[in-house]
Amino acid sequence: MPDPLFVFIAALTLGACCLLVASRNPVTSAMGMILALVGIAAEFFLLDAYFLGVLQVLVYAGAVMVLFLFIIMLLDVQPPGGAYPWKRALAGGAAFLLLSAAAFALLAPEGSLAKAAGPTPPELAANPESYATAAKAFGRSLYTKYMLPLQMAGLLLLLALVGVVTLAKAPKSAD
Amino acid sequence: MESTTLAHHLLLAALVFCAGLTGVLVRRNLLVTYMCLELMLAATMLALVAFSRFNGTMDGAVLVFFVITVAAAEVAVGLALIVALFRRTGAVGSDRLDSLADR
Repeated sequence: MPDPLFVFIAALTLGACCLLVASRNPVTSAMGMILALVGIAAEFFLLDAYFLGVLQVLVYAGAVMVLFLFIIMLLDVQPPGGAYPWKRALAGGAAFLLLSAAAFALLAPEGSLAKAAGPTPPELAANPESYATAAKAFGRSLYTKYMLPLQMAGLLLLLALVGVVTLAKAPKSAD
Repeated sequence: MESTTLAHHLLLAALVFCAGLTGVLVRRNLLVTYMCLELMLAATMLALVAFSRFNGTMDGAVLVFFVITVAAAEVAVGLALIVALFRRTGAVGSDRLDSLADR
């Protein structure tokens, strides 16, 4: 039996996913998305990845979703007319949640997934970067083993910035 | 944490990924499709952190850091593309983007 906290967080996350997929109003979808991302951040906390959980809430649930909501309100898209297919949505959501519960009940305790976690392989045991919760551990990894990817990430952000400025220009200058 | 195994976390990640995939396939509003795409990325991040935690290494967690960076850049560019598309066609429905269709 898993941790009750895990069960609660998993149910919350999956329910929020259903809300995101099933809602016709984009703002409601965005709210479901925020809830799902906060649920995943809570999962990170359960996995002792506190720094990543905080980062997830700040960057994803904060900055990215605010951007999404801005664009949703800027474009002001009207939801399509017609009656909402309640039966289909409810059946789909219930089927998804039931299948999820069945998957957890059947696969998790003695499924092949659980057996996969054997003793630590030697190449992992020799890894100098053992799992740590402090943000300091990230800094050490980022500035030693992952120095080049870090530089590339900076370059990527710069390129994305330039690309967005180019895209956001008035289209008249382009034609 | 005691009895929650790696399998539980991986299953949750897989289910969230499936929900995102369903959304990408089913929804026609490009903004919602894009949010579902982000949900799929978040699910893979959960799997990475779970593997990292249960293998006792830092690498998966550091990879998540890069995934968050790339996802943030991707969201900025993708939303700019959607806004440019809206300016041109006046709609954000993927079913309205049929100018290349043979009719």
